Amino acid sequence: MAFVKGLKCRECGREYPGDPLNVCDFCFGPLEVIYDYVTIAEVVNHQRIGEGPLSIWRYQDLLPASAVDPVDIMAGYTPLLKARNLGKRLGLNNLYIKNDSVNPSFSFKDRVVSVAATKAVEFGYETLACASTGNLACSVAAHAARAGIDAVVFIPADLERGKVIGAAVYNPTLVAVEGTYDEVNRLCSEVSDNYQWAFVNINMRPYYAEGSKTLGYEVAEQLGWRVPDHVVVPSASGAMFTKIWKGFNELACLGLLDGVAPLPFGADQNTVHHPAVTTRMHMAQAAGCSPIVSAWENHRNQIRPVRPDSIAKSLAIGNPADGIYALRVIRESEGSGYAVPENRVVEGIKLLAETEGIFTETAGGVTISTLRYLAETGAIEPDELTVAYVTGNGLKTQEAVEEVVNPLRIKPMMGSFEAALEGRTQAAAVTGVGAGVGV
Amino acid sequence: MAKQRVRFTFSAEMVREPIIYRLGKDFDLVTNIRRADVRSDVGWVVLEIDGSDAEIQRGLDWVGATGVRVDPIAGDVIEG
Repeated sequence: MAFVKGLKCRECGREYPGDPLNVCDFCFGPLEVIYDYVTIAEVVNHQRIGEGPLSIWRYQDLLPASAVDPVDIMAGYTPLLKARNLGKRLGLNNLYIKNDSVNPSFSFKDRVVSVAATKAVEFGYETLACASTGNLACSVAAHAARAGIDAVVFIPADLERGKVIGAAVYNPTLVAVEGTYDEVNRLCSEVSDNYQWAFVNINMRPYYAEGSKTLGYEVAEQLGWRVPDHVVVPSASGAMFTKIWKGFNELACLGLLDGVAPLPFGADQNTVHHPAVTTRMHMAQAAGCSPIVSAWENHRNQIRPVRPDSIAKSLAIGNPADGIYALRVIRESEGSGYAVPENRVVEGIKLLAETEGIFTETAGGVTISTLRYLAETGAIEPDELTVAYVTGNGLKTQEAVEEVVNPLRIKPMMGSFEAALEGRTQAAAVTGVGAGVGV
Repeated sequence: MAKQRVRFTFSAEMVREPIIYRLGKDFDLVTNIRRADVRSDVGWVVLEIDGSDAEIQRGLDWVGATGVRVDPIAGDVIEG
């Protein structure tokens, strides 16, 4: 069962029942789930979690939907890989990659959508919906298929076909909207007001966003119930960033981190900070869409919306709903933000692929380039325990790295092969490529 | 009659303009501010607008044309 007490406005504190709502009727602030942590503390422990399924639902006591019959395509429990090669390249001896690109629909969105879809079924909805340009569409369509309910996915009409095949294959109703990004955005908000559908990131948003906490839980569990010194997290709306932090602090307050005494949550559950959680939260955005990092860099307390112009499409949210809360987490954790120059995004993708064998999408390139910046500037010390979150699969943004396809073209003869190989060796000697130099 | 909840974001150039006043005066709309943070160089206001669908659309088009950014209160709902 879910230990949800209801919803609470992050701005004015008004409380609401646990219904499909996302905005406070009084001040229009965002609503967040509140839990009965006293009961959760009596139930949850390492053994119970360990005996759970190898998916996000092993943390069922900390999620806002019932795990009796979840909409589960086995999201989560993804690898935490010790990144020895990348660490060596960056001078980091204790570096890990949380590889969330291997989720069933190939991005971390499966975590949030699994929770939203489960909640939607619980509420009795028969249609799951979203507006997306990529990962979210795939995940919503996949989970709706699993749940046996309808899916409606809104996409901009000019979106490349390749971007939506991963969603279309699950047979949702695809709605291609002709109009600007803002017009599509506005229409979807209006549709969500007028149709009895579960829009995962609108009326389901309080529940949906909670799924990202599992990215914090899993890393802590995989590290032996401790939290890292640093995490590097890509950010779009800012929700995942805040939820990873919340996940670490929930574990600490519930006494689930090794050697850490539990603490009461206090009146505002969503800003709880256990002093034992000393993780510094580093935000990665691409320079072409970095409204949260920009506010942090300029010491502002407001997020100024921007028009996205970035190759990291999955991070291109110009008006981030949770931006202000993510900004507070950067400050509270004494973390930082970095806006990766657009021309370094692909470098990050290639660096991770070449050193650790992980092919990530552009958002992962943003993360790795931020990690590299933090290492080079000394913000991360060599022996500090660091986790970089890679949240999407490179097969989704292949066009970003088309330049890597450069085979040795030969005739079907041994002589041709050997000549080509010799030429490659000579080229490597000149450029350093393949000789452990470069990048 | 319809209601729409929106967020206006004002740039430094627009922050001193009486946009919401004119929205109520020049259009057949009732504006109801719920939350705001307005500073000398930037500001945002979250409000509800009451009126016919057509008038709300006309009013918001005008606001957008002044250079003030108009967004749904939930922020960007199109995700990657």
